[in-house]
Amino acid sequence: MKYVDEFRDPAKAKALVKEIAALREMITPHHQTPLQLMEFCGGHTHTIFRYGIEQLLPDWIELVHGPGCPVCVLPMGRVDDCVALAERPDVLFTTFGDAMRVPGSKKSLLQAKAEGADVRMVYSPLDALQLAKKHPDRQVIFFALGFETTMPSTALTVLQAEREGIENFSLFCNHITTVPTIKAILDSPDMRIDGFLAPGHVSMVVGEQPFRFVAEHYRRPIVITGFEPLDILQSIWMLLQQMADGRCEVENQYARVVPSRGNSPGLDAIAQVFELREFFEWRGLGSIDHSGVRMRPAYAPFDAEKKFAVPKLRITDPKSCQCGEVLKGSIRPWQCKVFGNACTPESAMGALMVSSEGACAAYYNFGDLQELLQRREKEAIPA
Amino acid sequence: MCLGIPGQVVELIDSEQMMAQVDVAGVKRPVNIACIVDEHHPPEACIGDWVLVHVGFAMSRIDAGEAARTLAILAELGDLQEEQAAMHEGAR
Repeated sequence: MKYVDEFRDPAKAKALVKEIAALREMITPHHQTPLQLMEFCGGHTHTIFRYGIEQLLPDWIELVHGPGCPVCVLPMGRVDDCVALAERPDVLFTTFGDAMRVPGSKKSLLQAKAEGADVRMVYSPLDALQLAKKHPDRQVIFFALGFETTMPSTALTVLQAEREGIENFSLFCNHITTVPTIKAILDSPDMRIDGFLAPGHVSMVVGEQPFRFVAEHYRRPIVITGFEPLDILQSIWMLLQQMADGRCEVENQYARVVPSRGNSPGLDAIAQVFELREFFEWRGLGSIDHSGVRMRPAYAPFDAEKKFAVPKLRITDPKSCQCGEVLKGSIRPWQCKVFGNACTPESAMGALMVSSEGACAAYYNFGDLQELLQRREKEAIPA
Repeated sequence: MCLGIPGQVVELIDSEQMMAQVDVAGVKRPVNIACIVDEHHPPEACIGDWVLVHVGFAMSRIDAGEAARTLAILAELGDLQEEQAAMHEGAR
């Protein structure tokens, strides 16, 4: 594992950690111990593990790794739907590489490809549109997934397809939304989160305003955060400073990339092409109201769900999985019964083991596995 | 997919479709610039801009220092090479 000390101004990191530790007296009397701070975004989880940020923090601060990895939270039934679409003889199915290995109930897209389905990895939805132009005799479907960060790109691609009159291009829309999901976490009865690190690149699109309810309604401080190790330490310090001052606000640590009003052309494209779904199914969290978008009826010719018979399979998560509890911070990843034995990155049962940005996979890959498993065993002995 | 990668706009390809050539640490590929264009910043003004590119779309203008720092950290994590390979693959 790499530590902050090896990189990026170690003196600054040390100074920040010291300042964080110094806030203890001001905070712990008024909050639970350990204090729980949630980073929502899988990119943040990645930085936290790659740089060993948890180990730098004092033990009265616990980081809870939220559901912000769109690949992890993809329900198995949705992967099955992708496979069903990809296996149609008239279809050329395109996807980001991240989604290739996500297991469905029977197979992943990668396995479907090995069995002869025409599945292609693309870097951008624009590459999928190019393929549609190149293969006018095929139906090119792009598997649209991701939070608000990637929504403008798929929306703008659809608008371009419409402008250019490309009829053999469509989206299988699985975009998900950040704010309703944070709200669902805040509303869950076993929730204990004291503050949030808000996702930097989602905020770059949506701006600061959509996160205000966290501070104003739920009275939790929230800081929009960048992706370098020092960004994360600084944001943790900003959260603690708010708590010490008794403030609950949306602050923007990542202002060098995130304009407070977000990205208007991106938001306009989203609003033009997509509308909220009544609910959307998440792996590990179940159904969350308004947590996904679909294409507006005006764009039905570009909507794979309207164009093709999508089976819309619903596959329930394995019962032994405790992804939901891990996501809400009520248990730690290694405290799940199947962590490290029945559920590993090679054969993932749960959402959080699926992608390298999932909390369980991060613990599995970067933590001391034997020590974690022993800790679980010890804690399981009734007192 | 969620990773943003810094690049510099080097030339306009098609201002109607908002496409420009962007150089990402030596790998050039067409990128959509619709999200960084407004009435005060037309497509022509984008040449030379440092931008954060997400899945083929420039999503934010950033300064050169931020671009250099982000590229350094991505290279350190091995993510830069991966992203460049994907971009290159997609451009073919």
